[in-house]
Amino acid sequence: MLDNTLSDEAARQFQICNSCRYCEGYCDVFPQLFSLPEMSAAQATHLANLCHNCRGCYYACQYAPPHEFDLNLPAVLAELRQDTWERHARPQALARVFHTHGVAVAAVLIVGFALLFFAMAALRPEAGEGFYAYLSHNAMVLIFAPAFVLPLLGLAVSLRSYWREIGGGWVTWADLKRMGGSVARMKNLSGGAGQGCNFEQGARYSNARRHAHQATLWGFLMCFAATSVATLMHYGLGWEAPYPFWSPPKLLGVPGGILLCLGTGALAWLKLRAEKGLGAARVWGGEMAFVLLLFTVSATGLALYAATGTGAVPALLAIHLGAVLAFFVLTPYTKMVHGFYRMAALMKRNT
Amino acid sequence: MSQYDVVVIGGGNAALCAAIEAAEAGADVIILESAPQHMRGGNSRHTRNFRCMHQGPLSVLTDTYDEAEYYDDLLRVTKGQTDPELARLAIRESETCLPWMERHGVIFQGSLSGTLSLDRTNAFFLGGGKALVNAYYACAEDLGVTIRYDSEVRHIDLSEGRFSAAVLTDGTRIEGRAVVLASGGFQADLDWLTRAWGPEAANFLIRGTPYNRGVVLRDVLDQGAVSVGDPTQCHCVAIDGRAPKFDGGIVTRLDCVPYALVVNRDAARFYDEGEDVWPKRYAIWGRLVAAQPDQIAYAITDQKAQGLFMPPVFAPVKADTIEGLAQLLGLPGDALRQTVAEYNSACRDGSFTPGVLDGLATDGLDPPKTNWARPLDTPPYYGYMLRPGVTFTYLGLKVTERAQVQGAHGLLPNVWAAGEIMAGSILGQGYLAGFGMTIGTVFGRIAGQEAAAHVG
Repeated sequence: MLDNTLSDEAARQFQICNSCRYCEGYCDVFPQLFSLPEMSAAQATHLANLCHNCRGCYYACQYAPPHEFDLNLPAVLAELRQDTWERHARPQALARVFHTHGVAVAAVLIVGFALLFFAMAALRPEAGEGFYAYLSHNAMVLIFAPAFVLPLLGLAVSLRSYWREIGGGWVTWADLKRMGGSVARMKNLSGGAGQGCNFEQGARYSNARRHAHQATLWGFLMCFAATSVATLMHYGLGWEAPYPFWSPPKLLGVPGGILLCLGTGALAWLKLRAEKGLGAARVWGGEMAFVLLLFTVSATGLALYAATGTGAVPALLAIHLGAVLAFFVLTPYTKMVHGFYRMAALMKRNT
Repeated sequence: MSQYDVVVIGGGNAALCAAIEAAEAGADVIILESAPQHMRGGNSRHTRNFRCMHQGPLSVLTDTYDEAEYYDDLLRVTKGQTDPELARLAIRESETCLPWMERHGVIFQGSLSGTLSLDRTNAFFLGGGKALVNAYYACAEDLGVTIRYDSEVRHIDLSEGRFSAAVLTDGTRIEGRAVVLASGGFQADLDWLTRAWGPEAANFLIRGTPYNRGVVLRDVLDQGAVSVGDPTQCHCVAIDGRAPKFDGGIVTRLDCVPYALVVNRDAARFYDEGEDVWPKRYAIWGRLVAAQPDQIAYAITDQKAQGLFMPPVFAPVKADTIEGLAQLLGLPGDALRQTVAEYNSACRDGSFTPGVLDGLATDGLDPPKTNWARPLDTPPYYGYMLRPGVTFTYLGLKVTERAQVQGAHGLLPNVWAAGEIMAGSILGQGYLAGFGMTIGTVFGRIAGQEAAAHVG
């Protein structure tokens, strides 16, 4: 069930925004809000997922607390987004646990380590090169194919349910292009004029979060591309790992890993400095754990590469693959979903 | 006890412009803001744009807006109640102020939706006036200006005709070699407002900050400073009657009057609702409502008018019959039905065009409705409560073109004033959108430069 008190509170705040309109230039939320003849709960959900939590509207707001109108749009939209992600997740209970509790994320990470150490001990191959000397390619596929595909299927079901709720129609090429352009430049964290957002420095603008997020996003995509390319090379060209540095998987994966490491590190650092009350405060722990999980994935990947040829490889391999496993399995139940919902919100035409 | 070069009293736009200019000239500056940090910025936090002269496109401004046209616009609203030298100075300087503002962190945006008529004359602040105030505070902090919040000044020590110190309500003396008075008008002091205007003023709502109590203005006038502006008048507009007593700001405006029928407490009409488009009439409606019993009025529309005006922040009262609406609004039902019936029978056929004077007038009704007069006949009916909302007061300090304050025996040698506290010289009557920020910026900058030059 949609949380009515939340969408009512969002509607109350939207009504005040609609009469003021000073924030029109900050992001995509306001022009869409002002064009709506009437606010419905579904539209509030859509606008909540469009909001990137840049907080510009809060620090510029003449009605922010202690004013009696008590406007805190970033917080109410963050809560509403959170509600969307948990409500559309299957099973919902898992989403509630992992979104809220960083400790639960850490527990899954430890289970991931344990599973990989166990698998490497139990399925130790007779022979193999590189990493395959410790865990065969087939064993890796056996573990990671379902761990990758099943969560994504679950996420697809959730997104379909969300897309129906907000009344999203057919997606056109123009919608995809608009969404892609917005994501690639993180337009909604630009503050409207390139000055950035209000995150770690209160009322002062800064592009730090936008840049950190870009590093995370592009780093993640490069790492993902590295794995994809390696898979194609393995099955298509019969060129099996280990790959030398001057090969597509490494040329994508190494800089991607560095970017991801720096980006997530910076995001965690910024998050420590930002005002908690302008986000969904109850899920702060889960959000932080997710950022640190991504950091662990990238840092252990880089460490593993650095350790090539040393005795640390088997342990680092288990740790890295354990982290990747935890990340994959938790995808539908952590902050990772925000990217997918955000892309959906950006694709929806403003009709 | 502390000693500064320049003491700036107030924490809004004019004060910040003065502090930044003085600090950039090398002066050691302190800002004394009476509000707490979260409510800093005086009425500037409620503003949204800056009226700016320009020869050709400038930043977000299109086309040209020259001195002659700007001055004409000012004369029209003030009915000539302006000091021509100061007014022309403010207008001319506005053009160089805009780039200065951008250099000091203010970001402009194109005119907001629903304000297209202002895209040539007024540059809008991205995020509004509070974002501008935030940018200036950040700039002042970076320049090393000391900022004291929750620091209401109760007395300016002008003994021997010179400023020596500002005294806070807790008795702290902040000593300085020059002072810039930029602490606004007195519109938030309801007792003063009531003494000046009459007992009706107790029912007025104050649209802006509750911190503009005129304490410094009163104190300096009591010490012989020369005043300008009508001491009994305030700029008063019709706003939503359910707005908070203070600080309701922009969202409390109610734009429905031209498309409504407006009655008083006794369900009687009292003025032509369709005399002109709302931007040209909202100011006189403040006085009109102030003159009604209990200083209250009710605008009534039917379904046809929905969507013709900006959405109000408070949902209107809604009923399927006029009697039902009267009951919900606490108006006499029979009287309202009769007023509506008389009005409806005076409406004639013709084409209705919102936004422009369409000449669709009532026939044989007193007072008439001269435009947009359509019968109220399509339920549901909507009721909006109106009250007078005070924006600012006109009484202020007389200053020179260099923003220096006129004392009883000539110019005070180290006292300057900027913003609402001296705006009455230029805006003797009426209001021109975005001009308050122009006066504050131009004279704030001048005051800061002069004060710094004096101590330098």
